[in-house]
Amino acid sequence: MKDNHENKCCCDGKGAGSMAKLDGILAKYQGMKGALIPVLQEAQDAYGYLPKDVIVSIGEKMNIPTSQIYGVATFYAQFHLNPRGKNIVRVCQGTACHVRGAKAVLKALEDTLKVTAGKTTPDLKFTLETVACIGACGLSPCMMVNDDTHGRLTPEIIPEILSRYS
Amino acid sequence: MEMVNITIDGQKVEVPKTATVLEAALATGIKVPTLCYHPELRPEGACRVCLVEVEGARSLVASCVYPVNEGMIVRTNTKAVREARKTVVELLLANHPPDCFTCQRNLNCELQSIAADLGIREIPFEGERKNLPLDANNPSLVRDQNKCILCGRCIRACSERQGVHVYSFVNRGFGTTVAPAFMTGLDEAPCTYCGQCATVCPTAAIVEKDDTDAVWQAISDPKKHVVVQTAPAVRVALGEALGMKSGSIVTGKMVAALRRLGFDKVFDTDFTADLTILEEGNEFIQRLTTGGKLPMITSCSPGWVNFIELMYPDLLDHLSTAKSPQQMFGALVKTYYAEKQGIDPKDIVSVSIMPCTAKKYECTRPEMNSSGYQDVDYVLTTRELGRMIRQAGLDFGKLPEEEYDAPLGISTGAGVIFGATGGVMEAALRTVAEVVTGQELGCIDFKNVRGLTGIKEAVVPVGDLKVKVAVAHTLQNAREMLEKIRAGEADYHFIEVMACPGGCIGGGGQPLPVCREVRQARVDAIYECDTCMAMRKSHDNPAVKELYDTWLGKPLGEKSHKYLHTHYHPQHRG
Repeated sequence: MKDNHENKCCCDGKGAGSMAKLDGILAKYQGMKGALIPVLQEAQDAYGYLPKDVIVSIGEKMNIPTSQIYGVATFYAQFHLNPRGKNIVRVCQGTACHVRGAKAVLKALEDTLKVTAGKTTPDLKFTLETVACIGACGLSPCMMVNDDTHGRLTPEIIPEILSRYS
Repeated sequence: MEMVNITIDGQKVEVPKTATVLEAALATGIKVPTLCYHPELRPEGACRVCLVEVEGARSLVASCVYPVNEGMIVRTNTKAVREARKTVVELLLANHPPDCFTCQRNLNCELQSIAADLGIREIPFEGERKNLPLDANNPSLVRDQNKCILCGRCIRACSERQGVHVYSFVNRGFGTTVAPAFMTGLDEAPCTYCGQCATVCPTAAIVEKDDTDAVWQAISDPKKHVVVQTAPAVRVALGEALGMKSGSIVTGKMVAALRRLGFDKVFDTDFTADLTILEEGNEFIQRLTTGGKLPMITSCSPGWVNFIELMYPDLLDHLSTAKSPQQMFGALVKTYYAEKQGIDPKDIVSVSIMPCTAKKYECTRPEMNSSGYQDVDYVLTTRELGRMIRQAGLDFGKLPEEEYDAPLGISTGAGVIFGATGGVMEAALRTVAEVVTGQELGCIDFKNVRGLTGIKEAVVPVGDLKVKVAVAHTLQNAREMLEKIRAGEADYHFIEVMACPGGCIGGGGQPLPVCREVRQARVDAIYECDTCMAMRKSHDNPAVKELYDTWLGKPLGEKSHKYLHTHYHPQHRG
């Protein structure tokens, strides 16, 4: 049944010592009702994403079933269950970009990074995401890398743009 | 109770102020279609099939979550209502596999029935369909999320009724599905395999793993000696799967049917239920008199055993070490019975008919092989037996009443009441009281441990001692009991726990649909079976006596420990 969510462990083989950060967050919200979402947000800020053992630990300490936390974490687009890349590529697939070749741009990104949309490169340098519009239709097809906007894209110039980020 | 007056479809009715429009309609004899609604679970208002018109409301309302108020005017059968309901179901069907012919729930599916009731003749919508992998990596249950209509009943049954919380809605929008945390299969989740989710699922999104093909194959193999045992709760429920009313007692017809299906011997789990009482009753007396771990808790319900192994491993030494009747039976068939009949145990196929999906898991536990083989080879649920009887073309109603085969078919009333909550406790008390005092009991009906109350307590005088007992059914109630033990607040001597509501009669493998009234009818039938028995105390069972005299020795003896007792271990899943 495992498909889209891989859920890697947060320790990356370095041991479980990193749970201390979570304990600090949980202490702040102890006994508070309806604190799950702020706890998840702060945990994600601390770890970059929501690793499986962090979710399990939040469940144990807040006495909330893991299944429910997983439901919340997969419902909101703001939560990520897998490590995120150093650089976040958001390629627009909105209407204006679509008619001007956004599909080919996405394919060039997928080919260059060797990951599909929604995934992160194994070296954790890039996460590739699709978005519906970034409000730069005049530049379509366009994408954002971190906070930089890149417009009038063609599949050919994708490798060069990506090479500027490491 | 405070009442309000409302008008439904022109009928003026008085209903409780706390009622929903749906409850008011149902009480008025108006059948409003429902899918996500379940009378025993918190309402959700998710499916929108129960839409009705309420005068003054801006749009149609979901009657299952809409409270009544004084003077309300409701219409359940207007053109707008009919069309809206139809559209809702058409949209559900547009993303539902059109495989009713080959579906396990064919002719017993709520979605199918509603589509028929609403007169749906075409599905006008076409679009993307879910394509999710099957979850079939456990011995008990199969989940096909492509058949899920997202009603959420399984989520609520698992959390509200069982307190296990395996499922949740995962993802959002079109990608929404129901899954355990981290999208694992049930084999990697803290699932007890009780199957209560399958009993509330309106479609075939959660069903029992079907083992009927393997059993047919064993039956048709001339080299195999195929024996079958039937659990107490099956005889009061099987009739429902074959068109009879709930509470029908079909013991004799079931035995006749099993012979006609081709089983070589038809035996009764009630026999080893009696044996369980002798072992567990003596274990209880031993713990009581030698300062053993108390309270002792029963261990017949494999969903319950999974629960405590998963959630409360620190309390495992409270569990009786006696195996469940199914597993005692399995161990005896391939040893005692095989020796007696001169049959090589490797040629015996041992099948059991159970009200339970967790039993399918129990028989695969690696330690359940004390005969040197897997003690029980296949477990079929009551539903599967119903299907085999239909496949064989047997006219169940016309079958004669037949008797079980000896010796493993001889039993007492104490054995049969194992099927209802409180039954194991009552059966144990009948024996323990007489063994301890050496005197015959005047009244053997322990009525204060009977019935569908969630947790029952009683103080029973046994000789000079006042034995404090408790009975819990459903895992949510079991959890309450275990929390009390952990907190040191449980001064009971003996506790019976069954995973399912009403005990085994409400098991995850029983015929559908089921509700409290159906469970009550099955419970009543179980006690009727008890009073009809010639013997009603396990220690009076002559076949059990013979087993001890000629083979086992004495309760808790060396051979008993080898074949009839087991051990438990913490489970780590999810």
